[in-house]
Amino acid sequence: MEIAIAIITGLMIIGALYAIHAKDLLSAVIACGIVGYGLVICFLLLKAPDLAIVQIVVETITLIIMVAVVLDSSREEKFSKPDPQGYVSMTLSALILGVMLYFFIISVSSLDEFGKSTLRMAGPYIEGATEKTGSANLVTGVVFDFRGYDTLGEATVLVTAVLGVLTILRIKGKK
Amino acid sequence: MIAYWMCFILFLVGLYGAITRRNLIKIAISLSIMEFSTFLFFALIGYIDGGVAPIVDPADPVKIYVDPLPQALVLTAIVIGLATTAMLMAVIIRIYRKYGTFDIREIKNLRG
Repeated sequence: MEIAIAIITGLMIIGALYAIHAKDLLSAVIACGIVGYGLVICFLLLKAPDLAIVQIVVETITLIIMVAVVLDSSREEKFSKPDPQGYVSMTLSALILGVMLYFFIISVSSLDEFGKSTLRMAGPYIEGATEKTGSANLVTGVVFDFRGYDTLGEATVLVTAVLGVLTILRIKGKK
Repeated sequence: MIAYWMCFILFLVGLYGAITRRNLIKIAISLSIMEFSTFLFFALIGYIDGGVAPIVDPADPVKIYVDPLPQALVLTAIVIGLATTAMLMAVIIRIYRKYGTFDIREIKNLRG
């Protein structure tokens, strides 16, 4: 199981590298779709069908939005002159990589082995959840019942984002 | 443990893209790659060997379920990720209509 997930994640890494280095922006967006749909397969292997359903819908909508933006433009990424700040940002990313590698090694040693995690917080959510929430799906029970106020906050964020998109697209820019 | 490492490498690829690219679309793609790796990490943490999907079957109550709490968190985060990506794309399309380019260096040069 772990090997299968590692292989799919490797494919996602290849897709991500191609998306970052592609010359045509349309192929970059489609290579970003490789990463998203690979994530759907990973969710299915990790026994998370709710996440897989939501992710496949959201990924399709994201791709449609991105393709609509890219098709409206000239589509190619220009590499006109060598970037004087390029070396600075390469050095910066190498530095950040080192720092994050350090913290990752520390934190991954404190994690449980893959597949051997214990239910620390979710135990009370699973015990008698069907009687408490009336939902056979435990994820739905957590989202809409035990953590209902978080879901309300999420709805607020969604409304704010939709209002923001509408406002940004409707205003007339200064000429 | 190798799954955690691959997930971390995916995050680093997204970070590398967000730092080094100069194209707004590429930066948005890199941000969503970092998002995806975080979702994958949460789903990896909650997995239990031999567990089944967290859907209760009354006929067979004695089962090991995978952890439903990270899945609920990621379910929220996926939808919010869509909202932020849509907002980012709206800003990018406004910038493109005003300046005619996605390149942040040229946008900086055009100022004033």
